Amino acid sequence: MKVRVIVTLKNGVLDPQGRAIHHALEGLGFEGVNDVRAGRVIELDVADSTSDTTLDEMCKKLLANMVIENYRIEKAA
Amino acid sequence: MAFTSAVITFPGSNCDRDMAVAIEQVCGGTVHRVWHGDADLPEGLDFIALPGGFSYGDYLRSGAMAARSPVMQAVVRAAERGVTVLGVCNGFQVLTEAGLLPGALMRNAGIRFVCRDVALTVDNNQSLFTAGYDAGQQIKIPVAHHDGNYFADDATLDRIEGEGRVAFRYAEAVNGSARNIAGVLNDRGNVLGMMPHPERMIEPAHGGSDGRALFENVVRGLVSA
Repeated sequence: MKVRVIVTLKNGVLDPQGRAIHHALEGLGFEGVNDVRAGRVIELDVADSTSDTTLDEMCKKLLANMVIENYRIEKAA
Repeated sequence: MAFTSAVITFPGSNCDRDMAVAIEQVCGGTVHRVWHGDADLPEGLDFIALPGGFSYGDYLRSGAMAARSPVMQAVVRAAERGVTVLGVCNGFQVLTEAGLLPGALMRNAGIRFVCRDVALTVDNNQSLFTAGYDAGQQIKIPVAHHDGNYFADDATLDRIEGEGRVAFRYAEAVNGSARNIAGVLNDRGNVLGMMPHPERMIEPAHGGSDGRALFENVVRGLVSA
């Protein structure tokens, strides 16, 4: 089973990398960019029997730092 | 009894030797060098230091992989027993990732790696680590980091400030840290994490010796305890 974990910074957490990307886009002349937040995508190939609970634990114990990040799990159809 | 300490080395640690030399010279006693894959720590440790560097290449997040390595389970248990633990730079990142200290260390607000001497203020001089300084004393200690921007939510920041757990603050703009926090203690006061490198400021040849009092006080506090 292919699983995609999307890790993003929580709202309210300053994102220096997102800000730098935003700045660079403006520098390239792109207009109307209101905000940029940078995150991380982690693709897993796991046994079909892997439970949602186990996936949640993987995210909470390692893939995301719950102090500053949220995560979302997407399973490939 | 002789002072017994351990410096943990992870793959990618690069300040472990500096840390061991500082402890040897200032604290004396026996300094064990411990590898990250070791499941057990030497017996009878008074002090454990987690050094700076780029453990596991900073993969995933700085300190994230090291915090899950076998030896860190033993370090967490030792800290819970009351053993004194110091994490510097990457060591601080490892301590937050391991849950021994609150908050997280994010990319510097200015994006750039910062490598220079900075002015720090001693915020709390009542801890085992800082009792050799005066409250409010300004000291000079070098930093060298990319991810030193301390973050915690406001409730956590209020709590650690209220409990006197901010050991050091930056006295100048360095990395965007919340409330200029440079070093944090755990609730029991036996674990300190800090981004600046006291082990690089222990003798005049280093450009100053303001870091020395921290190590002197750890050994003084533990031997008289």
